[in-house]
Amino acid sequence: MNIFVLLKSTFDTEEKIVIQDGRIDDEGVEWIINPYDEYAVEEAIQIRDEHGGEVTVVTVGNEDSEKQLRQALAMGADKAVLINIEEDVEEQDQYTTARVLAEYLKDQDFDLILAGNLAIDNASGQVGPRVAELLDIPYITTITKLTIDGDKVTAVRDAEGDEEHIEASLPLLVTAQQGLNEPRYPSLPGIMKAKKKPLDELELDDLDLDEEDVEAKTKRIEVFLPPEKEAGRILQGDLKEQVQELVQLLHKEAKVI
Amino acid sequence: MADKILVVGEVAEGKLRNVSFEAIAAAKEIAQDGEIVGVLLGEQVENLAGDLITHGADRVTIVEHDKLKYYTPDGFTQALMAVIEKENPDGIVLGHTSIGKDLAPRIATKLDAGLVSDITAVEVVGENVVYTRPIYSGKAFEKKIITSETFMVTVRPNNIPALEKDESRTGDVERLEVEIKDLRTIVKEVVKKKSEGVDLSEAKVVVAGGRGVKSAEGFKLLQELADELGGAVGASRGACDAGYCDYALQIGQTGKVVTPDLYIACGISGAIQHVAGMSNSKVIVAINKDPEANIFKIADYGIVGDLFEVVPLLIEEIKKLKASVS
Repeated sequence: MNIFVLLKSTFDTEEKIVIQDGRIDDEGVEWIINPYDEYAVEEAIQIRDEHGGEVTVVTVGNEDSEKQLRQALAMGADKAVLINIEEDVEEQDQYTTARVLAEYLKDQDFDLILAGNLAIDNASGQVGPRVAELLDIPYITTITKLTIDGDKVTAVRDAEGDEEHIEASLPLLVTAQQGLNEPRYPSLPGIMKAKKKPLDELELDDLDLDEEDVEAKTKRIEVFLPPEKEAGRILQGDLKEQVQELVQLLHKEAKVI
Repeated sequence: MADKILVVGEVAEGKLRNVSFEAIAAAKEIAQDGEIVGVLLGEQVENLAGDLITHGADRVTIVEHDKLKYYTPDGFTQALMAVIEKENPDGIVLGHTSIGKDLAPRIATKLDAGLVSDITAVEVVGENVVYTRPIYSGKAFEKKIITSETFMVTVRPNNIPALEKDESRTGDVERLEVEIKDLRTIVKEVVKKKSEGVDLSEAKVVVAGGRGVKSAEGFKLLQELADELGGAVGASRGACDAGYCDYALQIGQTGKVVTPDLYIACGISGAIQHVAGMSNSKVIVAINKDPEANIFKIADYGIVGDLFEVVPLLIEEIKKLKASVS
C-alpha cells in the first residue's frame, strides 16, 4: 500500500495572534504539525503496519517546515517531501497549495492519500477535495473511522454530528476528523531513526511549474484582531437571586431569551 | 457586481436550513441588482423551492434524482455542474456546512475559481467585493477578495442575517433532468446522533460543558437546559477527552467554532483553544466554581457557583419566564 499524507505546519494552538505592520507576526512562534494532519499521519502509519507498504509525508512550505516533517518521520512515516515554494511564490492560497501537491502526486503511484480536514490557521478545508479533483480520484472528508480490505474501503464520515457509513475503492483521498485515532508521541528511537530517513526537497521548477501556473485566485487585503472582549459582570447575592437576575438580564438587557 | 449568482440551498430533515437563506442574503449583497438563482438538489425537493423565493431568490432550478437522496461529492457535483453549464453564473454561494465544505472546493477546482470559505461578512468596496472570515479559529480575521473570473463563497451559519420572508414574492421554478452516472462513494447508512435536530453550528443558544460537568450523566442536565432554550449542547476538549461526550460536540480550535446569540459555559475554565471557538458569541454566560477561571474574563455575565446547583435553578427560572410571557 502506497500512502501519502498531506501535512501543514501551523502555529501551536497556545499561540496568541500578534499583528505587526499589517501582517501576522510569526516571530518566536512555536510551530506544530496541524493537529488534524497529525490524525492523518497516525492513521497512515496504522494502515501501513496492518497492510504493509510505505508512508510518505508531503508538505508545501518553507525550510522551517522540515521540523514538522521530521516529527512525522519520528512518529513512523518512511519518507518525507518538502516542496519549498517560498522563493517562487509571493501570494499563496488553497488553489496554489492544491495545484502544487497534485502536480507532485500525479507522478506518484499512490493508493491512498490522507490529509487533515482543515488546518487550524486558515481553516478553509479546501486543499483535500481540490487535490482529489485535480487527480480525478474520489474523496471522503471528515472521517472518524477507516477500514481497508483489499481495494475496498469503508469509512465513517462525521456529518455535523451524524455518522455516514460510506463505501468506496482505492485509490482514494480521505480527510481526517477528530476522533479518528489518538496520535502517538514519537519515541526516542523513533526520533533517532527519523534523522536518517529520506527527506527530499523540491521546488516549483522540479515539478515543471512556474509561478503563473499556481497563481492564487484569492488575495488577502487585510488582517485584523477582533475587538477585545471585556470582562462583564459577576453577579452577587445568594445563588437563587443571582439566577433570577441573570434570567432578567438575558431577557431584558441582552434580549437573547 | 454580478449579473447572476447561484445559491445552493441545503435541505435537512425535509426543511431548508437557515444558512441557505443567509447565503441568499450574502449573494444579494454581492450581486447588488443582479439575479439570484436558487438551486435545490435532492431526491424530492420541489416543495421547498418557494421558500428560497420568499427569502430573496428570483427563481429556482431543481434537480431531483434518487441518486441524490444522500449527499455524495460525485452525485451533487454532476447535478450542480449541469445547472452551472446551463446558467453560466458569475458566482456560486453555498452554506459552510458539512455539504458546502465538501462540495465547494471541488466545484471551484472544476471552474478554475477562487473560493473564499466560511465568510462572516461581505461588503462591496468600490470595485471589489470584500469578504471577511475568521482565521486561527477566530483569534484573528482576514479580509479577502477573489481575483478569478468566477467566484465562489461559503457562508458561515448565524452571521449574515437572512432577509425577512416576503410571501408576496414569486418566481419561476424549473426542473432540470440530469443523468447521474456512477457514484464512486456510496452512502450505505446514516446514523443519527444529533439530539432533537438542533445543529450545534446553527444553534442560537449553546450550552457547553467542561471537565466540571464530571460525567456523561452531568451532560444530561445541560441537555435539559439546552432543550428549554431551544439550543444545542457543546463541550470543551477536556470533557470530550474525559469521555463525557462525543468529539462531535467539541468547541474550540480543534473542534467547532460557534457564534450563537447566547453561549452558556458550565464548568469550563476557558483555555485559549476553547475560547477561540466561542469568543465571538454575542452574549456569554459563565458558570464556574473557581472565581479565578479564565472564562470570566470574556463572559458578559458570570455566576460563581456549582453548576449542579445553578443549572437546575436556571431551568426553573426560564420555565417561569416562558410561562409569564406566553
